[in-house]
Amino acid sequence: MRPEILTLLIPLPPLLAFGLIVLFTNRSNRLSHSVAIGAMLLSWALAMAVFFLAVTTPHLGEHPIELSFPWLPTGTTSLSLGVLIDPLSAATLFFVAWTCLAIFVYSVGYHNFGQRREAHDRAGLPPHGGGLEPMYARFFAFISLFAFGMLTLVVSDNLLLLFVGWEIMGLCSYLLIGFWFGKDSAKKAMVKAFMTTRIGDVFMLLGLAYLYSATGTLNYRAILANEEVLHHLATTPAFLGLSIAGACGILLFMGTVGKSAQFPLHVWLPDAMEGPTPVSAMIHAATMVSAGVYLTLRIFPLLSAGWEEGGALTPAMVVVSSIGAFTALFAATIAVAQNDIKRVLAYSTISQLGYMIAAVGIGAFVAGAFHLITHAFFKALLFLGSGSVIHGMEHGVAATSADAAHAVPGQGGPAGVHKVKAHVDPQDMLNMGGLRSKMPRTFWTFLVGGFALAGFPLITAGFWSKDEIFAEAFAGGRLVVFATLALAALLTAFYTMRQITLTFLGQPRTEAAGHAHESKWTMTLPLIVLAVFAVAAGWVGIPHDFPLIGGLLPNWMHDFVGGTLLEHPHPIEFSPIPLLTSIAVSLLGLLGGWLVYRNVKAGAPDPLVRALGPVHTLLHRKYYFDELYDRFVVSPAYWLAESFTYLFLDRKLIDGFLHGVAEVAGRVGAFLRGYIDLPIVNGAGDLVGEGVKRAGRSGRIIQTGRVQGYLVVGVAFVAVLLSYVLLVRP
Amino acid sequence: MIPLSWYLTLSALLFSVGVFGVLARRNAIGILMGIELMLNAVNLNLVAFWRYLTPTAIAGQVFTLIVFAVAASEAAVGLALIISIYRRRSTIAADEINLMKW
Repeated sequence: MRPEILTLLIPLPPLLAFGLIVLFTNRSNRLSHSVAIGAMLLSWALAMAVFFLAVTTPHLGEHPIELSFPWLPTGTTSLSLGVLIDPLSAATLFFVAWTCLAIFVYSVGYHNFGQRREAHDRAGLPPHGGGLEPMYARFFAFISLFAFGMLTLVVSDNLLLLFVGWEIMGLCSYLLIGFWFGKDSAKKAMVKAFMTTRIGDVFMLLGLAYLYSATGTLNYRAILANEEVLHHLATTPAFLGLSIAGACGILLFMGTVGKSAQFPLHVWLPDAMEGPTPVSAMIHAATMVSAGVYLTLRIFPLLSAGWEEGGALTPAMVVVSSIGAFTALFAATIAVAQNDIKRVLAYSTISQLGYMIAAVGIGAFVAGAFHLITHAFFKALLFLGSGSVIHGMEHGVAATSADAAHAVPGQGGPAGVHKVKAHVDPQDMLNMGGLRSKMPRTFWTFLVGGFALAGFPLITAGFWSKDEIFAEAFAGGRLVVFATLALAALLTAFYTMRQITLTFLGQPRTEAAGHAHESKWTMTLPLIVLAVFAVAAGWVGIPHDFPLIGGLLPNWMHDFVGGTLLEHPHPIEFSPIPLLTSIAVSLLGLLGGWLVYRNVKAGAPDPLVRALGPVHTLLHRKYYFDELYDRFVVSPAYWLAESFTYLFLDRKLIDGFLHGVAEVAGRVGAFLRGYIDLPIVNGAGDLVGEGVKRAGRSGRIIQTGRVQGYLVVGVAFVAVLLSYVLLVRP
Repeated sequence: MIPLSWYLTLSALLFSVGVFGVLARRNAIGILMGIELMLNAVNLNLVAFWRYLTPTAIAGQVFTLIVFAVAASEAAVGLALIISIYRRRSTIAADEINLMKW
């Protein structure tokens, strides 16, 4: 079959699965997850076929797999739909297909398939104590639709179809974050995520419209691989000293800021941890947030239009790189002070996305794409690993609280006494410890993922991609960005080791942690697969002139993905400074994390609390961003909606006006009825009726009913007539 | 030859007697007989006009024959009705047959 057709088919099986599950199979859990996983497997196989076709095609950048057909005629032109596999989308397709498949399989175990459904579990609440998830089939329907959105986005050949996939994911993210809608926090988080990303999406839509009006098309190849169009866009001024290319680039980048949770729209992502863990991995590691970075990589020619390699950055690139670098550091500092295992990973995701954005912003296209791919693998691994940990902890909590059902019903939680078993938070890392021996497979895979995240030298994928970013930043002379990212990398290594140490090393700090046990194979198998990638995905991008091992494997990443761009980027000169920095921050951070946290006792606070004092509080409260937004955005919005729009505008002005009109109309009506309708119109009508009645009553007298009487009249009349005719006329 | 006006005068007298009968009699048979007189007065007119004005045409005679037929059937139906009423109501006074009056 032709590769274009194969590509076109990739997103469809999950959509079909969604329809099937929602309409037909939702009664049967086994059938539903079989349909979903089967469909995903089919998509995966198609994606792999297309990927290998793409990899073996020479000069794919110049001659991509492409298919386009008109969809929506608009006047003389028409919007078209189509698929495009160029090196960037091929690489993205590869990791999206793998991580999605891993997550689908993992979900089976995570939602306790095979267990009985407990009678006290309600739909909309997480099941307690290992019962089957009540909305099991629905979950698979949602993630199927989600996978459809992501695959559509990746194979799309134009920004419009990308936006369609983008919004489908936005909807699914909303539904999945609020999957346990019985929890108040989940309800709030789903709305928050939706609204926050919506802000970015509105700007993105503006950018799309602007770009369309400027070029008359939204096709990637027609805009981004067309030197004339790019030159025209780069030289035509738009506003604020920006060229059209820069303005469109920044507007589209705003979409990324929302979707990839960059500062200042980062607030939704940590709250999105309310969803089930596979959702976190899917949305926040592998797919949706990656989509934001993917978009930035896509529009890189637009952002960098007019930029010479080695020259000054364009304004759009300055914006992108500063937001990225700032977010990388900013989120890393917050992650240090979080205790919830998933929240740490959430902030870590924001930080790592910042890395990629910063890389794109300084022109390191390949490095950004490389980090996107490696990050997707190891972060999905970490999220799924943390889900496995939480799962194990929940079993432990259920096991221990069953024993202690009639013990002291105290106030548990992270700040309380940890011996009270009733309310041990299974996500708080301070409640864990010593899980290494209880959950060995989870531990080792988590370790691999964590080391990849920290950039442990040479063996992990994260090292190679991060090192690439450092090298590019250093070689390009972006020392501020370089320093910021290096500091962020130090913090990354630190909080990663903190997480590993608190969770897996030492002794169990609660009885729940002591009773935790390893998860089922459906959960650990995806972990192992992803762990392999978390290591191996780095080998495809080893620079040629790296000491000792450079050149052993071809630098596939650079040669292949770099081909997406019109001008193939030059490989940079090897320099020991970024390499040493990278190794140093990684090892120092890991060591620091281990040293500080190896001896945390049960019930003891975080050692950093004493060391940092108020700064720790500031970090723990996430720089008070939620409070800030609440005070300056949410509250005014509520005020606007409630007091101004509802009570004043709607109730007073509009309703008042309407009530006034109604009052006047009522009075006019009463006047018309009282003085015109009743006396004149009705009077006239009644008069006619009465008159006819009276006339009839009078005339009835002569109607005797005697035929002979009538005949007399007739004869008399004829006689009169005759006498007139005969006697008077002649 | 007897002039036409004599026939017409006789016919008028005959018709007037019939009209009087119809108007003044209470007895339904009397009224029926009055009607017969009026019809015969008309017949007389028809025949007279035919004989004096258009003796070659046949229309006058045909009309007369049709009137005979109508008169005969009318008498038959009328008498049947009257007998029927008499059997039920034991009267044939026209003003007492008021079953369908309001």
